[in-house]
Amino acid sequence: MARRESPEVNAGSMADIAFLLLIFFLVTTTIDVDKGITVKLPPWSDEPPPEMKLNERNVYSVLVNANDELLVRGQPMRPGDLRENTKNFIANPRKMPNMAETPKKAIISLKNDRGTSYEAYIRVYNELKAAYRELWDDAADAQYGRTYEELELEEKRTLRADIPLVISEAEPTSFGEEK
Amino acid sequence: MAKFSRGKGRGTPKISTASLPDIIFILLFFFMVVTVMKDSELKVEVNYPYATELQKLEKKSLVSYIYIGVPAQRFRKKYGSAPRIQLNDSFKEVKDLKLFLEQEKSKLREAERGLMTASIRADKDVTMGIVTDVKTELRKIGQLKVNYSSKPRTDDL
Repeated sequence: MARRESPEVNAGSMADIAFLLLIFFLVTTTIDVDKGITVKLPPWSDEPPPEMKLNERNVYSVLVNANDELLVRGQPMRPGDLRENTKNFIANPRKMPNMAETPKKAIISLKNDRGTSYEAYIRVYNELKAAYRELWDDAADAQYGRTYEELELEEKRTLRADIPLVISEAEPTSFGEEK
Repeated sequence: MAKFSRGKGRGTPKISTASLPDIIFILLFFFMVVTVMKDSELKVEVNYPYATELQKLEKKSLVSYIYIGVPAQRFRKKYGSAPRIQLNDSFKEVKDLKLFLEQEKSKLREAERGLMTASIRADKDVTMGIVTDVKTELRKIGQLKVNYSSKPRTDDL
């Protein structure tokens, strides 16, 4: 019997099949960046929070009103300045009598209105968080010579114990108009 | 003397297309890996706010999404243009959050339930009123791990 050479399989249609699948995945794909600001909410309690006598110098009150304007310790402020000022307040490098005694005692009190836009709220929250992150970075650099992200879990924990992130959110006011 | 014969009886050589499928397959696998199937159709308009302190949500299965925004154009007639909450595929109220989160939780394994994150995907133009209501409800339910979805910002304030 004559041996026949096995015929070559035409691979041309393979490309078509692959193309079809490719287009399907191209259409359904959403390269979605699932990123955001992570927060931990305080647990709910039906009782009103206990009256605490706080030393006023340790409280940094940040207020965002219904017009998205910023009022920090009674003074208007640009959102762009908030980060620097917050850092200054927490670290208090010049030991000012009206700023936090130690970073451990510093409390950021954030209050907004029900009419505040979400964008403004996130902007302010982001700046407050950024202030803490920069402080952690500075401390990590001073103590370990690394950035905060590069630290081990245990080192992060000790560092955070020295500069704890305390952002306390008050019940919002409802002066502004809600959309 | 020998002559160079040019272009006689040779024609253009056929380009082999055998490697084309390979190239396409590489692309295909790339998209298969990065693809995320859209799990719910958005009925509200959501433009995320911008932020810099972003953290990535690692495990998709541990995240429950809460969309807040103005109903999309085609739903305005029926639902108005006030911001609404969308859970899964439909418009919901704040009180529906409890059931929704319980359902999401029941899909997870016992050990993972405490790690669930609620991702608030709110439009940047909604007001804090509705967001606060959602936050309060989350606190009452005990879902304290929350993520405010945002896009990275590069410019200064």
